Amino acid sequence: MTLALSLTILVLIGISVWQIAKIFELSQAKKENTQVANDEDNQFNGKLMFAFLLFIYGITLFSFWKWGDVLLPAPASEHGTDYDNLMWISFAIIFFVQTITQALLHYFAYKYRGKKGQKALFYADNDRLEAIWTIIPVITLAGLILYGLYTWTDIMSLEENEDALVVELYAQQFNWKARYAGQDGVLGDANVRFLQDFDGRNLVGIDATDPNGLDDVVVQELHLPVGREVQFKMRSQDVLHSAYMPFFRAQMNCVPGMITEFAFTPNKTTEEMRTLPEVVAKVKKINKIRAANSKELVAKGEEALEPYVFDYLLLCNKICGASHYNMQMKIVVETPEEFEKWMTEQQTFAQVIQ
Amino acid sequence: MSTVAAHVEEEDHGHHHKETFITKYVFSQDHKMIAKQYLITGLFMGIIGIAMSLLFRLQLAWPEQPFGIFEVLLGKWAPDGVMDPNVYLALVTIHGTIMVFFVLTAGLSGTFSNLLIPLQIGARDMASGLLNMISFWLFFLSSVIMVASLFVEAGPAAAGWTIYPPLSALPQAQPGSGMGMTLWLVSMAIFIASSLLGSLNYIVTVLNLRTKGMTMTRLPLTIWAFFVTAIIGVVSFPVLLSAALLLIMDRSFGTSFFLSDIFIQGEVLHYQGGSPVLYEHLFWFLGHPEVYIVLLPALGITSEIIATNARKPIFGYRAMVASILAIAFLSTIVWGHHMFISGMNPFLGSVFTFTTLLIAIPSAVKAFNYITTLWKGNLQMNPAMLFSIGLVSTFITGGLTGIILGDSTLDINVHDTYFVVAHFHLVMGISALYGLFAGVYHWFPKMFGRMMNKNLGYVHFWVTAVAAYGVFFPMHFIGMAGLPRRYYTNTAFPYFDDLANINVVITVFALIAGAAQLVFLYNFIHSMFYGKEAEQNPWRSNTLEWTAPVEHMHGNWPGAIPHVHRWAYDYSKPGQEEDFVPQHIPLKEGEEELQH
Repeated sequence: MTLALSLTILVLIGISVWQIAKIFELSQAKKENTQVANDEDNQFNGKLMFAFLLFIYGITLFSFWKWGDVLLPAPASEHGTDYDNLMWISFAIIFFVQTITQALLHYFAYKYRGKKGQKALFYADNDRLEAIWTIIPVITLAGLILYGLYTWTDIMSLEENEDALVVELYAQQFNWKARYAGQDGVLGDANVRFLQDFDGRNLVGIDATDPNGLDDVVVQELHLPVGREVQFKMRSQDVLHSAYMPFFRAQMNCVPGMITEFAFTPNKTTEEMRTLPEVVAKVKKINKIRAANSKELVAKGEEALEPYVFDYLLLCNKICGASHYNMQMKIVVETPEEFEKWMTEQQTFAQVIQ
Repeated sequence: MSTVAAHVEEEDHGHHHKETFITKYVFSQDHKMIAKQYLITGLFMGIIGIAMSLLFRLQLAWPEQPFGIFEVLLGKWAPDGVMDPNVYLALVTIHGTIMVFFVLTAGLSGTFSNLLIPLQIGARDMASGLLNMISFWLFFLSSVIMVASLFVEAGPAAAGWTIYPPLSALPQAQPGSGMGMTLWLVSMAIFIASSLLGSLNYIVTVLNLRTKGMTMTRLPLTIWAFFVTAIIGVVSFPVLLSAALLLIMDRSFGTSFFLSDIFIQGEVLHYQGGSPVLYEHLFWFLGHPEVYIVLLPALGITSEIIATNARKPIFGYRAMVASILAIAFLSTIVWGHHMFISGMNPFLGSVFTFTTLLIAIPSAVKAFNYITTLWKGNLQMNPAMLFSIGLVSTFITGGLTGIILGDSTLDINVHDTYFVVAHFHLVMGISALYGLFAGVYHWFPKMFGRMMNKNLGYVHFWVTAVAAYGVFFPMHFIGMAGLPRRYYTNTAFPYFDDLANINVVITVFALIAGAAQLVFLYNFIHSMFYGKEAEQNPWRSNTLEWTAPVEHMHGNWPGAIPHVHRWAYDYSKPGQEEDFVPQHIPLKEGEEELQH
């Protein structure tokens, strides 16, 4: 039934657009028929150009007013603030240029709309003008490039750090696992060849003959201590994945056959994040939406949605197959004491394969 | 075809070969007919590509809701009318492939390079009519194969239009990586062959067949754009071909170019020592120049149309040519900005950030020069002019966010989110589509001898312009919020619940934009048969194509080819009666040619 109905609707829409177009065409066919713009068209479209400028400004303001709160979530890593600063500076420049150039473009289109008998100015070149608008972008971009590269090097350079926590992120269709190096601080060798050992209990393919691996800890929920650098080693067992942690301004692809790296220092615990006014407001807003959706579901006889509680997330951000959209892992950032306590509760690889 | 060039110099060349229906309309070697064939095939593919985007937009706005239209079009892939996740991925993949390659490369460049290169440089035809014909038919064949891949048992390719291995290499990884992917690769290999034949032909024609007086510095900017685009294509498409061939080897002959250490579906595979990162390098070595292969012809078309309709010379002709050349050069050394977080050495990221942000400079020059061309003009608001101004607007809006994405640091958090989707759709998708529309409205009289209806053109433009911003402006927001692209739905993350209503807004605008294209389609088809008959030079333009008769003929001009005496932009030149002086008019006594 829905099939026939929607097919009919589709056909009707098609026919009506066609017919409207036809009527429209017939209605003005008699008046004048060169199909080249005349003064009336220039007037009308010139004014619409100006209106369109207002539309662009309008949709910009509207979007920021209505959806401004969804932009970049609060940063939760040490380099996050640097990242955000660079982002807002770039944005400021972009907005400035966008506002001015769109204004000039559309205003000129409005102001100089054609009239019969009017002649355009023969103005083909001006080297000085062109030099100016070559040099200004050069200077601006030089600044942005230097600032960007400085921040980039800062974020991406992985320095030896005895105190750093080494964690392996392990990706597979369609879930994440994490491996901690254990007491010795060294991750044991691993390869997909070992995945079938120990009846599938060797979840990330640790080489059981490597003593460094025996105290490794493999988990399905990522726990991180606050204030300590975390050095991630990323692996994938099947296809490309990307470990995306938006709150920490962190992302790195997981590539089968190689180990990729990324490091950051979380600076807010999950609990601290939950009390940030910005996050509180966001959670409240989401729960309002969820409550409304629940009402509809309950009316249909389905289960209501659980209320949302803030948690850090690890998402997959490289297309990896059917359930790509649901490949996630919860991240818990906690105090070092809580972290140590949690760690002692986990089983080491040696214990798992016993 | 040198024989044509040789004998058409004679007056009565038309009688030399009798044309049958087949040689005139099907296996034609005439560049004007081939241009029309490209356009119509491109438009047909465009309808498929755009329709697909509307389908997955429905899913994104109302996730996992049943739609009758899904049942009709997707059949078993939409059980009870709910779209399957694999189908969603297939739709975004084929949408991207079709729009980028089949519509905006072949449909745009193929149409207008073919139509305009011989006509604007004053040549009887392309250097090789035969290769030109083969080029079109290879394109047609690749289109047929791509469309056929939609109907295979396990569905078409679904690994994203970039088809990164291992996802695209292993049928175990997703159903679309089976037969569908094989057809995708075969289709693209043929497409590349077609594109190379076309490009070589364009390059040779521009270099060798210009009429007397048509120096390189008198070439219209359209020709410069097509010429440079063809060079980029020749440089970069073969690299994609090699990537595709290596991928075919990995898929079918057990080699390990891109694969290593893989465990999938409970099985360790034998591949050792390959790297998907290598594929990414090869892919983007074409993939990024491809952006300019799509965009430069649109900018060339815009330059011509803005100058003609502003009744003013294009401002800074030399700078425009220089920036086309600069963009072309830079486009081949920036591919790594798609790979900042691919696992390649971060130092490479620094280098690519540097080269990438440099592209902003020639781009800015172009934008400012367009704006200055409008200044103190006498703007004739024909539909083609509106689309050209619209192009400059979306080129600016979309281009500016490139400053964020091209910065390796900022890319970390917005990489592969909807922010990227918004950026490239505005700067290359919408801009190039506007270029295509502008070109169709402007050269329709040249192609079909009839005018398109201007008022329908206005409706088409204004609805599209509003809807395009309505679709892609809000999309930046969901991207900045961290929503990854290629997600079947965002309901798996309660954190994204507040983005649902933005997705509805986007989809509503997308549907409106889609409906507006029906107006264009009506106007196009109807005008082809019933449009008002065109005058020889309806837009009062300077370029040579308007000196050729309305009625198409083999060899383009009856009698001798006009000679060229000036550049293409003598609009509103002081001391002239009319506000345009076509290129073939000799300089008046005492008139100076502008030193440009």
